[in-house]
Amino acid sequence: MILAIFLLPIAGALLAGAAARVSAPLSRWLSLLVLCAGLVLTLVVWSGHQATLWAPGASWMLELDRPWLPLLGVHFHLAMDGLSLLLILLTYFLGIVSVLISWREIRERVGFFHLCLLFVLAGVVAVFLAADLFLFYFVWELMLVPMYFLIAIWGHENRRYAAIKFFIFTQASGLLMLVAILALTFLHYRLTGVYTFQYNELVGTRTGSPTGSWIMLGFLAAFAVKLPAVPVHTWLPDAHTEAPTAGSVLLAGLLLKTGAYGMLRFVLPIFPEGTAKLATLMMVLAVIGILYGAFMAFAQTDIKRLVAYTSVSHMGFVLLGIFARNEFALRGAVVQMLAHGLSTGALFVVAGIVQARLHTRELGGMGGLWTTAPLLGGLTLAFVMSSVGLPGLGDFVGEFLILLGAYQRSIGFAVVATLGMIAALVYGLKVVQDAFHGPNLRRLRMRDVLPHEGAVLLVMLAGLICIGLYPRRLLHALDPSVPSLPPATVMSDTGARAAR
Amino acid sequence: MTSFDVAASFPLLALTAGPVVVMLAIALRRSHAVAAGLSAAWLIVALLGLAALGVSSPARSVTSLLTMDGFAVFGMGLLVLAALAVVMLSYRYLRGYTGWREEYYVLLLIATLGAAVLVACDHFASFFLGLEALSVSLYALIAFFPGQPHSLEAGLKYLVLAATSAAFLLLGIALIYADIGTLQFETIVAALANRIELRPLLFAPGMVLILVGIGFKLALAPFHMWTPDIYQGAPAPVAAFVASVSKGATFLLLLRLYHLTAPAIEGTMQALLAGLAVVSMLTGNLLALLQQNVKRILAYSSIGHLGYLLVAFQGTGPMIANTASFYLVAYFVTMLGAFAVLIILSAPGREAERIDDYRGLFWRRPLLAGVFTLMLLSLAGIPLTAGFMGKLWVLAAGTSAGAWTPVIVLVAASAVGLYYYLRVVVALYEPGRGAPAPAMRAGWGENLALGSLTVLLVWFGIYPSRLLKVVALAMASLWR
Repeated sequence: MILAIFLLPIAGALLAGAAARVSAPLSRWLSLLVLCAGLVLTLVVWSGHQATLWAPGASWMLELDRPWLPLLGVHFHLAMDGLSLLLILLTYFLGIVSVLISWREIRERVGFFHLCLLFVLAGVVAVFLAADLFLFYFVWELMLVPMYFLIAIWGHENRRYAAIKFFIFTQASGLLMLVAILALTFLHYRLTGVYTFQYNELVGTRTGSPTGSWIMLGFLAAFAVKLPAVPVHTWLPDAHTEAPTAGSVLLAGLLLKTGAYGMLRFVLPIFPEGTAKLATLMMVLAVIGILYGAFMAFAQTDIKRLVAYTSVSHMGFVLLGIFARNEFALRGAVVQMLAHGLSTGALFVVAGIVQARLHTRELGGMGGLWTTAPLLGGLTLAFVMSSVGLPGLGDFVGEFLILLGAYQRSIGFAVVATLGMIAALVYGLKVVQDAFHGPNLRRLRMRDVLPHEGAVLLVMLAGLICIGLYPRRLLHALDPSVPSLPPATVMSDTGARAAR
Repeated sequence: MTSFDVAASFPLLALTAGPVVVMLAIALRRSHAVAAGLSAAWLIVALLGLAALGVSSPARSVTSLLTMDGFAVFGMGLLVLAALAVVMLSYRYLRGYTGWREEYYVLLLIATLGAAVLVACDHFASFFLGLEALSVSLYALIAFFPGQPHSLEAGLKYLVLAATSAAFLLLGIALIYADIGTLQFETIVAALANRIELRPLLFAPGMVLILVGIGFKLALAPFHMWTPDIYQGAPAPVAAFVASVSKGATFLLLLRLYHLTAPAIEGTMQALLAGLAVVSMLTGNLLALLQQNVKRILAYSSIGHLGYLLVAFQGTGPMIANTASFYLVAYFVTMLGAFAVLIILSAPGREAERIDDYRGLFWRRPLLAGVFTLMLLSLAGIPLTAGFMGKLWVLAAGTSAGAWTPVIVLVAASAVGLYYYLRVVVALYEPGRGAPAPAMRAGWGENLALGSLTVLLVWFGIYPSRLLKVVALAMASLWR
C-alpha cells in the first residue's frame, strides 16, 4: 500500500513522458488519472487506519523497511503517520490542480513537462514518507532537479536567474543537512556502537551536547531555507514569480511545506534541548518574517510577487507555531500548512489565469476586472479572505491555534504576530481593489473562468471551508499515538481537547 | 623472487606487447580500423588477465620492481577500462582527421602501460619509469593534431611543467634515498618501522617534494596552472585520458605511498593534504565560474574534484582508501561520460567547446542531452548519480574524523560549483537558439562507451554496495 503511494507518481511520470509521443492530451489525462488514483488510495488508507501522530515507541500507521546500503546501516524505510498522511493528501490534491491548470497554459514539450511535474510530486511524497534520514536526504535533493527544470524551461522572462538561485540556495543548505545527518549518525555510533540512519533509532540519541547543537543547526539550515525563514527567503519571490503557474502552486503549496515538515518531524523530536535553547531566536525570526513578508507584499506591483511575499508571511506563522512547541501551536502549524497550500495555491492559479488572459502581472495595468470576469473576482475575494485569516475559512483555524499556542509561550510574540494579520488584511484588500474594483480605465476585457479552472478553484474553496468549519477530523489525525511525548511538547491535555 | 610468476605478470606483459603489436601492424599496413581494433583487443586481453587474478589475490612480486596485489589489480583494471573507453571514443573522432592517425593508438597504449606500472610499482625506480612512460607519450598525444587551435602551445606547456615536476620528484626520491639508503618500498617500510626517530631534514622533506611532483600531475592547486590550457588545446579524447587515466594512476600511487609512510608521518601528510584539498576545491570551483569554454570548465571542475578526493584522507583506517577509491571510480565514470558527450559532438579542429554549441541540444538530441545532464548532475553531486555517492562517502570520512574545515569548504565549494554546471544544463534545455552543433552521428563505439558509462553512473548512484565490496577487498592489500 505504502509502496503504491510512493511509486504511483514515479510510474505516472514515466507513463506521461512516454505518452506524449503519441499525443499531448493522452499525457495530460494519464497524469490526471494517476494523481487521482493516488488521492483515492491515500483516502482509502485514511479510512482504513486510525491516523495518529507517531511518537517514539509507537508503531507507524503503515511502513515498509528494506536494507539498502548495509555497510552504513542505510535502509529503504518508508513510513506513514497522521502528519505524513495529511501532507500526502495535500500533495496529490495540488498535483491534480497543477495538471488541470496547465491544460491550456503549457503547450510546448507537454510530455517532458508532465514528467517533471510528476517527479516533483514523487519527490515530495517520498519526503513525507521517508523514515530513514539518508533516504530523506536522497529524495529531498532529488525533487529539486525536476523543479529546477519546471522553472528554467516553462518559466517567465527571468526564469534562468530564478531557477539557478533556487537550486543553489536549496542545494547548498541541503548539503549542510547531509553533513549534519552524517554527524548525527557518527554521534549515535559513538554512543551506541551502531551505524544507523533510521529515524526511529536516531530519535533517542542524546543530542544535548554542543556537538548536538551544531548538528541541529545543519538541519535547521536546510529547513529554514525551504520554509523559508527570513533572512534566507530571497530565493522565494524570484522562484515563485518566474515559475509557470503549476510550478508556483507546487512551490508554494508543497515545497515550502517540506521545510516545515522537516522541522516538525526531525528537528523537534531529535533535538529537544537544542530547540528549547534556540526557540526564542527562531520565534523572533518568525515574527520578523510575518511582518516583513506582509509589508513587502504590500509594496509589490507584480501580482505573483505579491502572493509570493504573502507566503513568507504565512510561513512565518508556521515557524512561530513550530517553535512555540506546544500542543495548540503545533497543530495550528500543520493546519496552517494545509490551508496555506490551498489558499496560496489558489491565488497563484488566479494570478496564472489573469496573466494568461492579459499578458501582464502588473497590478497597475489592471482594474475593474470584476465587470468583465465576475466569477473570477468573487473566487479571488474568497481566497484572499481565507489568506488574510477570515474566520470560517482554513487559514483562520491555523493562525488562531498558532497564536493561542504562542500566547501561552510568550504574550509579546503573540501580540506582535497578530499585527501581521492586520497587515495581511491591507495587502489582501489591495489585490482585490487594484485588480477587480475601480474603473476599468484600459477597457480590459477578459474571458471569465473556464469550466475546468472554475472547478479547480471551487474544489479548493470547498477544501478551505471544510478546514475552516470542521477541522476536527484533521486535528484527530495529529493526536499523539502514545502520550509519552517529551514534556516540552505537551502543555495541557485538557486545553488541547478544548481546542477541538 | 627468482621464479618468474607468469600469471601475475601477464596483464603487464600484455600491455607491453600491445604497443609493439600495433606498431608492427602499422608497418605492415596502415589502417585506422585495424590499429583501433588491435588496441582495443589488447586492452581487453589485459583486462581478462586482470580478471583471472581477481582483486582478492595475495601480493605477488613481479621482479623486484613491481608487485601485483589486490590494489594493483583493482587500479590497473580501472585504468585499462578507462583507456578502453578512450579508444572507443577516439575512433570516430579520429576519422575526421586526414593525416596519419594510427600512431595515436600506439602512444595511448604506451601511456596506459606507464599508468599501469605506476599502480603496481614497488620501487622508486619503477615509479619513475612508469611516470615518464606516461608523461612522454602524453607530450606527443596532446600536440597530436597540429591543426587543433592551441595544440602546440598545450603540448609545450605540458612538456615544461611535467619535466619540472619530474625534477621535484627526483629530488624527493634522492632525499629519501639519502635518509634510508634504499629505493625499495618494502625496505623503506621496514626501515621506518625500526627507526626510533626520523632524521627530520631528509625523509619528510623528501615526501613533501614527491607530493609536489604528484600535485603537478594531479593538477592540485597551487600546481594546477597547466590544466585548463592543456584540456583546451589537447584533442578531446586525449583530454579525457589526461583527466582520467593520468590523474587516476597518479592518485592511486599517492594512495599507496600514503599507506606505506602512514606509520611514520601520517599527521604531517594529513595536514598537507587537507591544505591542498581546501585550496584546490576553492580554486577549481571559483575559477570555473569565469569560464565560457566547456573544456576549460571541465578542467577546473576536475581540479575541484581532486580536491574533494583529497578530503578522503582526513578519515581513519581503511576508510581512507575505500572512500578515495570509490570516489575515484565515480569520478572516472562521470568525467569520461562528460567527455564522451563532448567528443560525440566534436571533430578534430572543430570541437564542441563553447557553451553555445550545447544550446537547445535537448530539443534536437534528447537522449544525448539527457545523458549529459546526468553527467553534469553527477559532477555537481546530485542524488541518483555516482557523483553523489562519492561525495557522500567523502563527507562521511571527513565528518567521522571531525575534520570540519575541509568538510565545510567542500560544502561551500559544491554550492559554488553548482552554478557553472547549471549554466551548461540551462543551455541544453534552452529553445534552439545559437549555433546549431554539427549534426554528427555517433559511432557505435561511442554509443557503447557512453551507454555503459551511463548505466554505471546510475547503478553506482543507487546501489553502490557491490562496488564498495570490491573496493574494500582490493584495498585490504594496502594494509600489509
